[in-house]
Amino acid sequence: MRLRATLTALAGVLCIAAASDPAERLPDPGQEAKARAIFRDVRCLVCQNESIDDSEAELAHDLRQIVREQVKAGKSEAEIKRFLTDRYGEFVLLTPSFSLGNLALWGGPFAVVLLGGTLLLLRLRNRTTETELDPEEAARVQRLVKDETP
Amino acid sequence: MIAEIGAFALVLALALSIAQVGLSAAGRIRRSAVLAGAGEGAALAAFLGVAVAFAALMLAFVVSDFSVANVAANSHTEKPLLYRVAGTWGSHEGSMLLWCLALTGFGAAIAGLGRSLPQGLRALTVATQGLLGTVFLAYTVFASNPLLRLATPPVEGRSLNPLLQDPALAVHPPFLYSGYVGMSVVFSLAVAALIEGRVDAAWSRWVRPWALAAWSLLTVGIMLGSFWAYYELGWGGWWFWDPVENASFMPWLIATALLHSAVVTEKRGALAGWTVFLALAAFTFSMLGAFLVRSGVLTSVHAFAVDPTRGVLLLIILGVTAGLGFTLFAWRAPSLGQGGLFAPVSRESALVLNNILLAAATMTVLLGTLYPLIREAMTGEAISVGPPYFNLTFTPLMVCLLLLLPAGPLLAWKRGDARGVAQRLWIALVVGAAAGLLTLAIVDPRKAFGVLGVALGGWLVAGALAEIVERTRAFRVSAGETWRRAVGLPRGAWGMTLAHLGLGVFVLGAVFETAWRVEAAETLPAGGALNIGAYHVTLDGVRPVDGPNYEADEATITVTKAGQPICQVKPERRLYTAGGQTTSEVGICYRGPSHIYLVLGERRGGDASPAWLVRAYWNPWATLIFLGPVIMGLGGLISLSDRRLRIGVGRRRPEPAA
Repeated sequence: MRLRATLTALAGVLCIAAASDPAERLPDPGQEAKARAIFRDVRCLVCQNESIDDSEAELAHDLRQIVREQVKAGKSEAEIKRFLTDRYGEFVLLTPSFSLGNLALWGGPFAVVLLGGTLLLLRLRNRTTETELDPEEAARVQRLVKDETP
Repeated sequence: MIAEIGAFALVLALALSIAQVGLSAAGRIRRSAVLAGAGEGAALAAFLGVAVAFAALMLAFVVSDFSVANVAANSHTEKPLLYRVAGTWGSHEGSMLLWCLALTGFGAAIAGLGRSLPQGLRALTVATQGLLGTVFLAYTVFASNPLLRLATPPVEGRSLNPLLQDPALAVHPPFLYSGYVGMSVVFSLAVAALIEGRVDAAWSRWVRPWALAAWSLLTVGIMLGSFWAYYELGWGGWWFWDPVENASFMPWLIATALLHSAVVTEKRGALAGWTVFLALAAFTFSMLGAFLVRSGVLTSVHAFAVDPTRGVLLLIILGVTAGLGFTLFAWRAPSLGQGGLFAPVSRESALVLNNILLAAATMTVLLGTLYPLIREAMTGEAISVGPPYFNLTFTPLMVCLLLLLPAGPLLAWKRGDARGVAQRLWIALVVGAAAGLLTLAIVDPRKAFGVLGVALGGWLVAGALAEIVERTRAFRVSAGETWRRAVGLPRGAWGMTLAHLGLGVFVLGAVFETAWRVEAAETLPAGGALNIGAYHVTLDGVRPVDGPNYEADEATITVTKAGQPICQVKPERRLYTAGGQTTSEVGICYRGPSHIYLVLGERRGGDASPAWLVRAYWNPWATLIFLGPVIMGLGGLISLSDRRLRIGVGRRRPEPAA
């Protein structure tokens, strides 16, 4: 079923990791690697769910150019991302921010772990209170076991 | 005429499904074997009806009957036979019919194979399955009928999207749908058990084969889709955390959790409520997937042929079906017993941890998929949730799970012996550490993620094998004795070991490929070359070729290493004339488990000096990514053939030697 939406996004567009195009690359491999790392976190705004690293769309091309120019100008990753979010909103970044609005998003999975862990612990504690033998019973068990061992 | 017969059979199947509900329910209420038997007959007949409708649609595709609207929209006379057949389920309407075929097929299977179930439970299960069949058949008949005629048939069809014209994708939907819909049986069994008010070890054992079958099919189905994305899209990647992928992954995670919790319910009578909850959730997530993919809520920009009313209808079906199931659960679950007690270190605790982590992992995928929608609906702010989110949440949860995994099968029920497990697992720990250290020493460049990941993979593979070594007492008793024990092990044990082994193989492949894949792209004239890793890739030339329904540029690329020829591949760039789309046919050169992945890109340069963009990827160990799930699916099938699942009375599994 995945195919339906994937192909929707791809219909008519040949998508190959577009960012590696030699015509676009920066001459300095270090700067290029930094730009590529940023690309992977920037959404191609007109695509369905692609980073600008993958997309061949015109807009992705423009965004790559902007990022590469800023990397070349020596800006930091944070500065570049701020520039992009000021212009396009938080939507442009593929990593959602650690903000109050995203509390449920980031916290949800860990809340499940906490809840499950708590329930497990409660269950295990119930057990000890139920199965604990008082000394008299324990002694009786000991006697019975002894009797049965040949 | 054929299409009319199909359409009639489909409506008949709907009527039979309604009869199935009525007769089976009446059979339960009046405790009448005759009525219940009639309900089962209706289930078989409903399946036959859908099968006739499906065959009619397939025939219309094979003979290219463009008077059928669905064929005209999705087929073409020039298309090869395989893809005309696969076109049957290539569209929304056709895939809905495939869904109904699987749904009624599973209904017929319960009617035919569920002889060991108690009468009341069986009748209620068949009735619930009939209710699901009724709802989805009604949706297909009235809202997305694939067998409608066109008043003026076109001379030629609009063709199937060329990306889908691929052997892996032709068989991907049948596997995936059988997996999705297989969860419906588990759902029906859960509803029936809740109505009967009895969820016990026997019920768990009845659920297990259905859950196993659905899980195995889903595993292979997802793998096929991923493999298709890998070699057809030409990105070199195999998982993109795309909403559509997530939609198929959530039922898989839940089904995995269910398989594990059902073991606890079967062996120890504990977690009954939770197992029923998962049984309901698995099919709910299948339906959620169907809704997400068809409604258009997630395909915001490139919305194609998605009819919002259909989405709303599917949402209503999802809400009502799941709502009724969970309401029943809320009402009846408190009466379910707590079951056996267990110590903190025990097989039960390990399986509960497995379930907690899998539930949390499902939560990540669910939130990652739906949170942007929720947030936008509530505050109007748009956010994106992409792969980095899943790397930060899903991955650590999975790492915890995988670290604990080898210990689980070695722990005894009720009260495990942590020290004993450690003694049996130290070899696996050594193997894992050695694999990591070896990777650190040999593989260049050094990457902490890769080294740790390979160590984890080694730990999983060796841990899975340690379990078998333990149970066959290999190396401690004579070879003959080990052989006797190995043959005597229940198939279920072999199945589990294979599934865990497959997971280890997958982790090794996924980690190695992700950490050490290398990418290169150059604009090359004929005779030009580029280097990728240790390999030298030469573009010998490009020539035009004609396919059955496309025109292509076919490149001949030779790969050499240190002057020695390794292989020659012919990647293509195809233009499908019917729809005007361009696609790439990747050329893959297999080197052991690793791939040299070659893509022919667009043509650059003038007529005087033509050049082509050539992309090359070195994807080390990529085969393991797809081999792992195949081993897992195989493990599921072997487990399914276990004697215990086929006979009414269970045979106790021999306890692992302490």
